[in-house]
Parts: sequence; C-alpha cells; structure tokens
Amino acid sequence: MNRTRLYDWHVAAGAKMAPFAGYEMPITYPLGAVEEHLVTRRSVGLFDIDHMGQIEVKGPKADAFVARMATAKIDDMKDGDARYSLLLNDRGTVIDDLFIYKIPGSWWIVVNASNRLEDLAWFNAHNDEGVSIVDHSDETYMIAVQGPRAIELMDLVADAKISDYPRFSSGRAKVLGVPCLVGRTGYTGEDGVELFFPAEDAVKLWTGLLAEGERRGIETKAIGLAARDSLRFEAGMPLHGHEISQDIYPLESGFKWACDFEKDFVGKAALLKLQEDGVSRKLVGVELPAGGVPREGYELQSPEGARIGVVVAGMYCPTAKKFAANALVDPAFGKSGLAVKIVVRGKALDAMTIKRPLYVPAYRR
Amino acid sequence: MNIDKNARYNVSHEWARKDGAELVTGISDHAQHALGDIVYVELPAVGKALKKGETFGVVESVKAASDMYMPMSGTITAVNDALSADPALVNREPYAGGWMIKYTPSNPAEWDQLLDSAAYEAQAAKE
Repeated sequence: MNRTRLYDWHVAAGAKMAPFAGYEMPITYPLGAVEEHLVTRRSVGLFDIDHMGQIEVKGPKADAFVARMATAKIDDMKDGDARYSLLLNDRGTVIDDLFIYKIPGSWWIVVNASNRLEDLAWFNAHNDEGVSIVDHSDETYMIAVQGPRAIELMDLVADAKISDYPRFSSGRAKVLGVPCLVGRTGYTGEDGVELFFPAEDAVKLWTGLLAEGERRGIETKAIGLAARDSLRFEAGMPLHGHEISQDIYPLESGFKWACDFEKDFVGKAALLKLQEDGVSRKLVGVELPAGGVPREGYELQSPEGARIGVVVAGMYCPTAKKFAANALVDPAFGKSGLAVKIVVRGKALDAMTIKRPLYVPAYRR
Repeated sequence: MNIDKNARYNVSHEWARKDGAELVTGISDHAQHALGDIVYVELPAVGKALKKGETFGVVESVKAASDMYMPMSGTITAVNDALSADPALVNREPYAGGWMIKYTPSNPAEWDQLLDSAAYEAQAAKE
C-alpha cells in the first residue's frame, strides 16, 4: 500500500485512513465529512490528491497523438488551456477521464490513480506518432485548493495574480516559494486551483497553505475523500467506475459534449454506430424525497415494480440537503420529474427523477 | 470515548437505560465515532414487538448502512422523531438527544445479560 508524503500529517490530524486506488488516503478528518463538504462550499478546502497520476506527452507529433487519443476537441487548444476529456477503448467505452493541460512544449495529462497504468499501456500501444510518454506521478505532488475564497487565498500566497487566470487555464507560479504548475481547475463545483509541484515540498506547501489561511482570516481546512465524493457528486461531475467506466458508453451518461465528432479519435466509430442504434440506458438523477440513502447497486423500479435500472452512485448531499443518486435506467425513465422507486435494503421507496446537477458548478454561474 | 455509566450495552454497541418502567436505547459514543457523520436513521413503528437481538432500525453514515439490534425484547412505545430532521444528534449526543427508541420490556430479566458499562468500555477499547 502506498502512502503519500502527507500520510503522517493526516494521521496526526486524526484522519480516518482507508485504502483508495492503492494508496492509504484520508477519508474524513475529525471535522466530519458533512462539515468538510460545507467548509469547501463556504470558504476553502485543501485536498491531498497525490494519488492522481500525471503523464506528459511531447514530441513533434504530440498534438496529433493527443487529438487521436482524447475525445475532446484539441486542435484549438493554446498554451495555458486546460480541458476535460474522455479516453475511450475501441468499443467506445471509457478507459478513464482526463484533464488535459496544454503547457509550453508539451501536454500535461492528469489521470485517475486507479487507471494510471492502464492509461499508460494504452497510450504506449497506440503511439503511432512516436511521441515521448513520461509518467511523472511519483515525483509530482498534487494538492487541490477549492472554494469560493480559494482564489483570494491564492492571490495572497502566489507570486502571480491567480485571479487573472481564466477558468480552465494554467500557468507557472511560485506558491509560498514552491514552483508550481497552477491549474484553475477542480473537482468540487467550486472555483479554485489544482497545484502540481515537486513531491519533496508537499508538507511545506500543505502546512503553509493551512497556516496562511488561518493568518489571513480565510477559513481553510483539510478535506478528505468522502467529502470530495459528495462535492463532485452534487456538482454533477463523474467518478470513473460509477457514472463512467469500461462498461458504460459516454453517450449513455451524457458525455457527448466531451466528444468532438469533427475529428478522428479512438472509439469514435463505435460511438457513431451506437448513435445510429440508440442507447439502451441513460444516466438520470434520482431523489428520495422522504429520506433514505440510495447506494451503489440498489435497484430502480418503475411505479409498477418492474426493474428499470441500477444506482451507480448515491449519497446524502449536504448543500442540496437531499438524498440523491445517479442511476443508469431504461431510456424511457431518463428524464426529470418521473415517479420511480429505489429498493433500499428490500424496501421499494418512492423516488423521483430530477435534474442534474444538484449544485450548479461555479464555472457555469 | 464517553460512556454512560447508567446504561448497559450490547456487544454490537447499542445501549439500554431504564426510564421508569420503560427502556430507552441508542448507540454508544464509540459506535457513532466509528461510523462518522450520521445522515439518516430508520426507526421502527410504534407498537411493534421485537425480540432481543432483532433489528430495530438502521443507521446510515456517509459511507455505510448499519443495522441496530434490540438489547432486550419489548414493544416500541416511542421513537425519536427529532432524528429525521437532525440525524447528527446521534453524533453530538449519543446518550441524550440522540436516543432512538423507547420500549416496554417483555422479559426484564434480559437486563442482566447485557454488558455493564465497565465491561463495554473494555470491549470497545480493544476495537
């Protein structure tokens, strides 16, 4: 089991640690998952996400390689741009989701910890362009600083004006003296940044950001993976293995917008065929108005009790104050405002399909 | 960990306390701490008769659902309705505002089968 360089800090802070994607990660701190979620929504949350992987692609034909591997539109990306993308297999299902940063001289691709080795193998197996593919995950640390006051804090601690960075962009800056790639990106629905920097500076930057937050009167707390999950869920962001996976087509879970059909990409042919045939499932939000916690694997039923689908993720949403789920269902139930049932431990509870997301992300407001 | 010395305990972390002729039950401070933030509590209908060891409800934390078991047999006379609006009461006041059920015992002798507070504390400390 891997430990991040902040492992000792997390344990000393009283975090509950658990294995996640091969790392022992903080799930909650003594503050509790609900309050950690709410702090991130009202001020600043600090996330140790060193388990995430970073792969750099460069070479004369790197643009063509990235454009062919990623589903997103790539050819209009300039230095400093950052964009969400999917990585598909030939069947058109999702190997991983990526955040792609175009930085001077190369492409910086952030991948999920649990998929890193598979992504690398897939890149290497498809490297017709002869590009350089380097995994920087071990020597690169990643911390996310998220929340409505995150940019205010960053402006105070960085040697560049981070508030001038457009959303979905990146730049180089020193943060508390540590050289960072600063991406104005995140996975919480809040404004904020993701910092990439040399791993040996992890403790210095982490403790420095917490201390600066306190000193400047900006409430800043360490946030565990449980709140990270509820934050991303409320904001409508997918988690690989749940809303997207190698068993799910992006067209089923509403990710056509992340696919650029004007270009060629791996998996495109399969998606075009699927578009012709029609999808057999759709991702929909579902709420349990009277309470109860819908969890992964729970069955969805029609009002008459017929099986119509399954929950892929579900939880209590602290900001929306709702018990909600994402479910893959028969397309007939793939729109909001329909009465359905969720079977919670043997009991079919009345539920309602709802609009996603429950919390409109800051970048869309 | 806080222990209510007036209560007796199930190995599975429910407490029972005498309240006149009735019993009150909730989960221990140790249990709420292990579960983390509690977001939903499912409780039985008033009037329901349950045997010692039977499931009387479910406590849902952020990450998991856990059954709760009757410390003693009895008939439910009241449930804590405050928990539907504020389930975190179980985290804040596991022995007071976070109580779950009241019931009239059908076999009061079962009291002596429960762990006393010292025995429970010793068991919980080992976990």
